[in-house]
Amino acid sequence: MSTATQPHPVVGRWSRARRRRNNLLSLAASLLVLGILYLARNFADEYQIRILNMVAIYITLAVSYNLINGITGQFSLEPNAFVALGAYTSALLTMTPMEKEMNFIIDPCVPLLAGISIPFLPAVIAGGLVAALFALLMGFPVFRVRGDYLAIVTLGFGEVIRVVANNLQTVTNGPLGLKGIAPYTNLWWTWGLALVTLFVIVRLVNSSYGRALKAVRQNEVAAEAMGINSFRHKLLAFTLAAFFEGMAGAMLAHLITTISPMLFTFFLTFNLLIIIVLGGLGSITGSVIAAIAFAWGSELLRAVEEPINVFGMFTIPGIPGMRMVIFAVILIAAMLFWREGIMGRREFSWDWLFGLTGGKKNRRTV
Amino acid sequence: MTIHLFFQQLINGLGLGSLYGLIAIGYTMVYGILRLINFAHGDVMMMSTYFAFFGISIFALPWWLAAIVAVALTALLGVTIDQGAYRPLRQAPRISALITAIGVSFFLENTALVVFGSRPRAFYRPEIFRPVWHFGGISILSLTVYVILITLVLLFIVYLVVYKTRMGMAMRAVSRDMHTVPLMGIDLNRVIAFTFAFGSALAAVGGILWAMKYPQIEPLMGIIPGLKAFVAAVLGGIGNVFGAVLGGLILGITEIMLVAFWPELSGYRDAFAFLLLILVLIFRPTGIMGEDLPE
Repeated sequence: MSTATQPHPVVGRWSRARRRRNNLLSLAASLLVLGILYLARNFADEYQIRILNMVAIYITLAVSYNLINGITGQFSLEPNAFVALGAYTSALLTMTPMEKEMNFIIDPCVPLLAGISIPFLPAVIAGGLVAALFALLMGFPVFRVRGDYLAIVTLGFGEVIRVVANNLQTVTNGPLGLKGIAPYTNLWWTWGLALVTLFVIVRLVNSSYGRALKAVRQNEVAAEAMGINSFRHKLLAFTLAAFFEGMAGAMLAHLITTISPMLFTFFLTFNLLIIIVLGGLGSITGSVIAAIAFAWGSELLRAVEEPINVFGMFTIPGIPGMRMVIFAVILIAAMLFWREGIMGRREFSWDWLFGLTGGKKNRRTV
Repeated sequence: MTIHLFFQQLINGLGLGSLYGLIAIGYTMVYGILRLINFAHGDVMMMSTYFAFFGISIFALPWWLAAIVAVALTALLGVTIDQGAYRPLRQAPRISALITAIGVSFFLENTALVVFGSRPRAFYRPEIFRPVWHFGGISILSLTVYVILITLVLLFIVYLVVYKTRMGMAMRAVSRDMHTVPLMGIDLNRVIAFTFAFGSALAAVGGILWAMKYPQIEPLMGIIPGLKAFVAAVLGGIGNVFGAVLGGLILGITEIMLVAFWPELSGYRDAFAFLLLILVLIFRPTGIMGEDLPE
């Protein structure tokens, strides 16, 4: 038989054997990550653990933010709002009545909330759900009409959340914020959330929903013509992103144990925007890589704001606030010269890894 | 709520609304021709106040000359932003230009923080704007009335430019169909540059008047007014300059009235603009005077 009439290779892209191999590898990788975390808990110092926690939270945020911005192509500026919602919701739910009494010194807490104190996991999920609810409420008018305005609406919503949190003394304790939140967050929780987020979003993107979202990004009119209800899909992506961002906010609140309205400014959204742009809008792998690089890099950039001692001869005085100017320049430069980012729209896959080593071997029939 | 207080607040609202309107015109013009929400517009307004401030304090110019110079510099700034940051992305997907706009906005804010410092500065209010006029039981700062008058004059000038000049016709043509315009022998980049210059100049006037009215300037002062001005532009019908001013007036009046009637809600006055935006999107997405812009 000539090769031309040979049957399609058994070891195809989606064959059962290959899928099982990929899933086992992913599982093994997850276990490896958990193993590294176990080592870190026992051997790393507090500063490094703090960084690892922040990396996980950044990964969760970046991947969910990329779902709406990169994969569905709808420009929004929501993370700081939903993170704030998740943080406040979960903190108010986990704080004991006594802690609330100690915090709400100007105006007593609303009776409905004052008595509630629930365990960590339900509070985290509740934070996510509250964020998702607001996303739904916001998305309805916006996506139905002019998707362009999503950015302004979400930006405005972030401001509203800050304003409301500052003024609603009986619910959020106003400008004083909430102190003494129980430090439930640890490496297991943050990385667990990151892994769950990755799992859900990777599966979503590789499913027909994901293809529909990408179609909406490419050309909404054509997608509608193919029968994709773009409104529902945009709303789905937006709400899901909000859900995970809210949960990440809950993690954040219980990590830094003190939250106030000033914490959730536009700067947070801006950082995430840089992360997903540099990682590649539309690439989950890119967001993960960029999140790690960013968490690490922004610690390094702190040096710019401190006085620099050059060879012990003279000091360059630190310029406070220079860090953010550099971030802004990075973003503009990335958009002008390197719009694709690190990964563009490509993703990491086990197939690619094996393709590196296997080459032609994998295409042979058995 | 006496009738005097009502009228007083009405005029205050008109004053504030005029300022929103001046800034909103720039937003609506840029969106009309480029479909780009120029996030940096509010920060351009902020820069104009600093230009004027330094003109008065460092260069010791008389206030009216400092204002003129500041307006010119701001127009130049607007064109520079367009040519530097937005022009390379004309062919790129819209999300790229939006992200860049955010980047420029952030850049302006933080550079101002680094260079000018975060401490608010007191802005000079010229003698002519200081007197408070009293009549019939109402007290109004003269500046407020001048703001309204200046805005009306500028609106008339905008009308003349947009509807009675060739450049204005070119602007309107670009907002209809950007890609056909070069086929008609019109230099697209010049039209866009002019739009940015014009819009930024108007925002500069609004900014300087704002700085005289609320006589404090600081690097982050442009964010909230910028956001509200965009809401005003949407409210009035984006792409329509009259709508922008109308939207600004409505927003200004309702915001002042809200605080006047319910003082306990004054902490929420910034949130009100956002609520208005959502309502507009639900009930009248094209805005009051808007035509349905093709997607």
